[in-house]
Amino acid sequence: MTTFIEIVRRDLRLSMRHGMDTIMVVMFFVLVILLLPLGVGPEPTVLARISGGMIWVSALLASMLSVERLFQTDYEDGSLELLVIQPFMLELTVTAKVISHWLITGLPLLIIAPLLAGMLHTGKDGFAALLLTLAVGTPLLSLIGSIGAALILGARQGSILLSLLVLPLYIPILIFGVSAVDAAIHGLPWRLPVLILGSLLIGLAPFSVWATAAALRETMRR
Amino acid sequence: MLNRFANPIRFLRLADQIQPWAAILTLVLFAAGLYFALFNSPPDYQQGETVRIMYIHVPSAWMALFCYTLLAITSGVAMIWKHPLANLAGRATAPIGATFTFLALITGSIWGKPMWGTWWVWDARLTSMFILFFLYLGYIALQDAFDNAEGGSKAAAILALVGFINVPIIKFSVDWWNTLHQPASVIKFSGPAIHSTMLTPLLLTALAFKGYYVWLFLINMRGEIAEARCRALQVSQIQNAQVAKVATSDARDAHAD
Repeated sequence: MTTFIEIVRRDLRLSMRHGMDTIMVVMFFVLVILLLPLGVGPEPTVLARISGGMIWVSALLASMLSVERLFQTDYEDGSLELLVIQPFMLELTVTAKVISHWLITGLPLLIIAPLLAGMLHTGKDGFAALLLTLAVGTPLLSLIGSIGAALILGARQGSILLSLLVLPLYIPILIFGVSAVDAAIHGLPWRLPVLILGSLLIGLAPFSVWATAAALRETMRR
Repeated sequence: MLNRFANPIRFLRLADQIQPWAAILTLVLFAAGLYFALFNSPPDYQQGETVRIMYIHVPSAWMALFCYTLLAITSGVAMIWKHPLANLAGRATAPIGATFTFLALITGSIWGKPMWGTWWVWDARLTSMFILFFLYLGYIALQDAFDNAEGGSKAAAILALVGFINVPIIKFSVDWWNTLHQPASVIKFSGPAIHSTMLTPLLLTALAFKGYYVWLFLINMRGEIAEARCRALQVSQIQNAQVAKVATSDARDAHAD
């Protein structure tokens, strides 16, 4: 357990000292949202209708862009090897890395999202649904993204490859997240998609952690 | 069985025997299927003549799912038993499966224009097939992204297993969600809900596509095995050259002393 917390703390400390990680992700998120009213026009009704989907899509892209660095820096400076061979279950190490990735990138998105939702006139009803689906959905994005991040280590054109691998797998999360927000905006019951997202999180967590660990082991063997 | 065909030479010998039969079977079944599909089956009472597109569309979609299932199985075999031919089998299957998926999407869209009045709708079945297409492309891209071909195969195997989640979603998407795409009508507990005059050409072309897959798979397999052998030869050639270089330089050093 101490090792687990130590790995989380190490990643947090690294990102604090390198600084920019969190800020870059949030900036990217805000900038993409900023493009939207410029692209489709500033009409409040139009913005309100598409705000849920837009916030979700930009959160998804922000998460995907940042997940590339989850193992990349450790891979380059060699500390990934130490993380793999240390006498500690690799699956737990991966869980710790995913949790720290979510704390560094997912949580800030969650904090800034209400502000952006307000700017896009999402409305009171959509607000709660948006926050709740993002709270359940962004850890899922980090989990699935970690599989892709582990698979592309050492690959040519890694970042383009990462989007090809990860985006198709992100689609179900996007569908359920947006359908909950849309239902809430239209005053319909939105409990079901949130429950599905939650069960996806519980069901996919062990599976994706296993897949990421398997991919990391293969990377070390290369 | 699994171990017996780990030997590529034994596998190739078997492939030599199967391949002509697969080719003949494919051509005969496809000719028969096309005859039934185009001339000897009634037009649908709702869809008219366009129903004949189904005899290509449905088998391609079945093959798309079938190939991905095979891809997941070979990936599992490659990861669990480190079977030397399983990775190559995955490599040989992926392009075929991607092409069948593409064919299913294209024929579906050609059928959708007169029937639904649009080339494309974002419904569950169509979208999940589209995702399947990208999963195939991701698999193929990941394989070739590494300098070390074996490492690429292993990474791709993990991706294939992860992406397998999509296959049941595609299969049941028409039952789970209310969509424009019609629900399953051939494989049902209550028996097929399709008349035998239409079922005959459908099954014939489906079997022809299965045979076609085997035929193409064996051709691809031959190429993959040859490529693996070329790589092994190249590596051993380089190693031999290095050994020879070290030996001559050693001899020269000894002479100088």
